Amino acid sequence: MARTYQDLLAAAREQIGEVDVDQLAARIGTGDAPIMVDVREQSEWDEGYVPGSIHVPRGFLESRILGEAGRDDEIVLVCAAGQRSLLAGITLDEMGFENVQSLAGGFTRWKQNGYDYDVPRTLTPAQRSRYARHTSIPEVGEAGQLKLLDSKALLIGAGGLGSPSALYLAAAGVGTLGLVDDDVVDASNLQRQIIHTTDRLGDLKAESAKQSINALNPDVEVNVHPFRVNKDNVLDLIADYDIIVDGADNFPTRYLLNDAALMARKPLVHASILRFEGHASVFLPYEGPCYRCLFPEPPPPDMAPSCGEAGVLGVLCGVMGSIQTNEAIKVLLGIGDTLAGRLLIYDALAMTFTELKVRRDPDCPACGPNAVLEFRDYEAWCAGNPGHAVEAIA
Amino acid sequence: MSTIKIPPVLRGSVGGHREVEVAGGTVNEVLDRLYEEHPAVRDQLVTPEGELHRFVNVYVNDEDVRLGSWLDTEVGADDTVLILPAMAGGAP
Repeated sequence: MARTYQDLLAAAREQIGEVDVDQLAARIGTGDAPIMVDVREQSEWDEGYVPGSIHVPRGFLESRILGEAGRDDEIVLVCAAGQRSLLAGITLDEMGFENVQSLAGGFTRWKQNGYDYDVPRTLTPAQRSRYARHTSIPEVGEAGQLKLLDSKALLIGAGGLGSPSALYLAAAGVGTLGLVDDDVVDASNLQRQIIHTTDRLGDLKAESAKQSINALNPDVEVNVHPFRVNKDNVLDLIADYDIIVDGADNFPTRYLLNDAALMARKPLVHASILRFEGHASVFLPYEGPCYRCLFPEPPPPDMAPSCGEAGVLGVLCGVMGSIQTNEAIKVLLGIGDTLAGRLLIYDALAMTFTELKVRRDPDCPACGPNAVLEFRDYEAWCAGNPGHAVEAIA
Repeated sequence: MSTIKIPPVLRGSVGGHREVEVAGGTVNEVLDRLYEEHPAVRDQLVTPEGELHRFVNVYVNDEDVRLGSWLDTEVGADDTVLILPAMAGGAP
């Protein structure tokens, strides 16, 4: 027998219990709120919602509800007037959810009765379109995308690693990017530093990178820091940022960044490259190991050739910079398992990934319990004991 | 035979090999075999006093031997010993 909308609603009302707005408000007031699932469309949610509720549009209810609630959880479904939420209740009932009710009168009655409601910060229509492939990932969503837009990442180096990192962070909509680089674009950079262009040879790398970022994503604010990071400026520099992406080309800077990141308790995302080999890790101050837990001392200069001396495959920068960016975005969003406590080694020639365990060193001179953390003369320290150099050359 | 993985910066001292197969029951023995076959690499890894330099990390499989029994850490025939100095490379 064909049934009308009214028939369906009446049957649903019988099958799914209702709760009224006063009861729900009292539950929220005593800190005993059930899981409130708002099944309205995006544009309705944007106008306001019952505080504490989560948004699962009815069209996505079946596919997403198990990511938000368990079958034993007490759930109250909310829509505009309390009808779609009843029908959504039938769906959850069929899926085996046992404790589902619908808010009678819906969000409209909630507002009419004078209860507080929250209005979400939302993406603009242009942002919704730009970041659609992000927001449809459950682990990111609109909330995650807003988090990225609010995030500030500092990139040390706008070169081999910094080029892909800056481009992907900008494309991802990380709202503020700081670029620290005092160098200018050279013809020999363009084999791998894909953020720069032939017509910008001689320009400051940080300025050149800013032009590319602006062209890619106008949402991103770029701060140009056209100087070398040193112990006098590092703490002021990193203070304004949420995360440091280390694409430096030398040990003094890497050890300086490690110590500064510990002092300021900022996450540090590490990558380094040479020829066909890349390293990547994540250092979360005092939660996981730091760079000096991994490498307590720098090798002498003759054991640590730069890419300038030894060469580097251009695309290796893309792989390692992308891995670094992947980790940075996860840290910013607070999702997934990062490389904290692990060193990833990529061998592009053999096409192998090797993973080593990195543990906090109880004797670490930087983050150990007895460490006295202060800046040192990193240049002199990394230049090393001349004895080492002579011996190694011999 | 255990496998020693040689980092790029040391490959010149071992005839360009990426891996060297040696026999030995501990990290010490394995490294000694390596030094016998490729004396040049010893100068890069060992101090004049005969100690392994602090800037060299050694792993048996995925574990740092500093956190195990150091150079006495046991090495089985199927184990991989990985020598790892830090790499600086990035931007320029």
